Amino acid sequence: MLDFAGKRWWYLWVSLAMVVVAAGALALWGLKAGIEFTSGSSFTVEFTERTVEQSELRQAMQDLGHAEARVQGAGANTYIIRTAELENAPSLDSASGPAQPGEIDEIERGLREKFGAFNREDFSTVSGTVSSEIARFATLAVGAAAIAILLYVWVMFRQLPKPWRYGTCAIIALLHDALIILGLFAVLGRFRGTEVDTAFITAILTVIGFSVHDSIVVFDRIRETLSNDPYIPFEEAVNASMTDTLARSINTSLVVVLTVVAMMLIGGETIRNFLLVLLVGIVSGTYSSIGVAAQVLVAWENGDIGKFWRRLRGEPGEPETAAEAV
Amino acid sequence: MRSTTTVLLFLFVTALTVFSVIVVWPSSPDRYLPGSFWPEGRGIKIGDWERETMRLGLDLRGGSYLVLEANPPADYQGDLDQAMDGAKDVVERRVNEFGVSEAEIQRTSGNRLTVQVPGLPLADAQNLIGKTAALQFMTYDDQTNLVPATGVVEGQTIAMTGAHLKNNTYPERSGTTYAVVFETTSTGSKLLEQITTRAVQYPSTDPRNFLVVELDGQVLSEAAVQSVITDQGRITGQPSFTEAANLSKQLNAGALPIPLQTIQAREVSATLGEDSVLDSVKAGQVGLLAVMLFMILYYRLPGVLASAALIVYTSVTLAVFKLWPVTLTLSGIAAFVLSIGIAVDANILIFERMKEELRRGRSLGAAIDIGFSRAWSSIRDSNVSTLITCLILYWFGSQFGASLVQGFALTLAIGVGISMFSAITVTRTFLKMLLGTRLAKNAFLFNAEEIRRTGPATRAVTAKGE
Repeated sequence: MLDFAGKRWWYLWVSLAMVVVAAGALALWGLKAGIEFTSGSSFTVEFTERTVEQSELRQAMQDLGHAEARVQGAGANTYIIRTAELENAPSLDSASGPAQPGEIDEIERGLREKFGAFNREDFSTVSGTVSSEIARFATLAVGAAAIAILLYVWVMFRQLPKPWRYGTCAIIALLHDALIILGLFAVLGRFRGTEVDTAFITAILTVIGFSVHDSIVVFDRIRETLSNDPYIPFEEAVNASMTDTLARSINTSLVVVLTVVAMMLIGGETIRNFLLVLLVGIVSGTYSSIGVAAQVLVAWENGDIGKFWRRLRGEPGEPETAAEAV
Repeated sequence: MRSTTTVLLFLFVTALTVFSVIVVWPSSPDRYLPGSFWPEGRGIKIGDWERETMRLGLDLRGGSYLVLEANPPADYQGDLDQAMDGAKDVVERRVNEFGVSEAEIQRTSGNRLTVQVPGLPLADAQNLIGKTAALQFMTYDDQTNLVPATGVVEGQTIAMTGAHLKNNTYPERSGTTYAVVFETTSTGSKLLEQITTRAVQYPSTDPRNFLVVELDGQVLSEAAVQSVITDQGRITGQPSFTEAANLSKQLNAGALPIPLQTIQAREVSATLGEDSVLDSVKAGQVGLLAVMLFMILYYRLPGVLASAALIVYTSVTLAVFKLWPVTLTLSGIAAFVLSIGIAVDANILIFERMKEELRRGRSLGAAIDIGFSRAWSSIRDSNVSTLITCLILYWFGSQFGASLVQGFALTLAIGVGISMFSAITVTRTFLKMLLGTRLAKNAFLFNAEEIRRTGPATRAVTAKGE
């Protein structure tokens, strides 16, 4: 049996360190908001006639009166261009006759004159009204899901003492994973210009789903161990459960990692960042079920936080009863 | 050794898989499968559910996505909810009238409509919806200003609009130009009577004698009123038959009861969508093969069975997607990948438990049953919590028109549901089919040889020894 619970401070410190690094990156660089969160327009062009350099394209956009445009490479001779909200979408009550040529048409004409033929692969525009709502929606949805999971786990673990703790710890692990993803996005945004967009929301949702799934599998084993032997010391129960589920945890995340890596190697450029986030999220989700969810549970059971504070304030700590009981 | 139930279940699973593969089989398999020796297929057709292809979202097949919002003026009196329902109907009719198939129009939170028009560039989609045909009847007032033509019906002053025309208008030749012939509704005829009675008092040189028809704020026709008209009339001045016919179509589709503004728009080209589909299929195939290889190497015989179960799982899930039909998007594919992970996870949970039981020296039959019953609670709880998340995300998605999140939630929920069935029924049935064969007695095949070395090891002993 591996002694996970006894080394919980290692796990908790490592987790805390990672969370601090992620929060630091987040605070330092912030997230690079995509148009879904700020408003603006974005489109992807693939030049077919000649090779176009990123700097050339940036200059061309500036010449076309879009100094605010951001140009990002997205594969062979393909660029994503983001601008302020383009007047492409005439409002429906005032539209009359054939649609007015939008700003996007002007940009296209300008680019075509300069660089020759290209394909516009997509176009997307979001007005200010929507953008703030999407951010609020995502927060609300994740919050609501967290509460529902908390309640469900509470009900399903009700035969154990203090059943609410399991759900809470699963949520703490979830927040740990979510924060690491946010930090990763801050880093990617800083160094690769990756923006927080709809793919980001999907990635967060996927990681959250995986994280909770994983934590519950570990908790289920703890529940079983405790039900079989109610007098087993809590730490020992956690250690036995984690030892038993370790192979499963690693194998499952390996399976998902294999799938994601396959998609990364073969899938298109556009979803590569998304997959990278998924990869990190899955590894983090697997780790957090062992290193966060279960460890916080043990620390909580032992009243570690209280002891820690007392020690910090120089008060004599209680004897380490848990260690002696074994 | 094999019970009749097991054999029946095995036959059921086999039949279900064959059926699913027939449903899912692409019409041109060489696009998705290596080599070109694959037979052509067209997918299955059952009654109304004839689907030759997967229903793909805009990001996979190209097309336009628009979010329209109604901004009622401050003094708006009507029932906004009803007006939005009306607006949805109108947009729907317009899109259908112009023969766009599989367009989806949804009402979302507050006063929004999300419109998805597959296969149509944004400009065309906007033209299609944007042609509001907000027809307005106008007259000149004493200061020769153009003002809405009004009448009084049941004590209320009402401006005459396209809404007061029956939706049976038709185009007609009118001299050198074309006209749209219309009939009025009962309110419309009262209004038109009052308006023309007023106009006809003035000589034809006076602007107040004119009745003007505006479409979306643009003067469409201007004609002197010669006599009082009530039930029917003509909007003249259409330069071509096509334009007259289009106007007629738009009038029949009805005017938007409330002005709408585009607040979000997205367009994906068909080629980008096509590339994404091919990339995803290829990645999915390689991913599946990698997972199977891993499962077989690590779990040996059960791994082979789990791989077979995975094929069952994949084809049944895809068949459900096709028959439902679920609109597949890139986020849906991400959800599908996650659900494959969850499906395999269920198998891994069960096999790990089985292995423990085998190492304790139980027979294969007992190990299967105990392994499944022990693993069930964790499969249930982890999957139910995922389903709860899906439910909440789906609900939020529908409230906010976030089709991306909705697609993710629905795909994941279906995947999780089927994965539970697959883990409990399919893998167990496959394992039980082995009972009584020589394979079942080979510990190596179950990666459980330790039985012989350590004997029926008990964890309790080791635990106490520590």
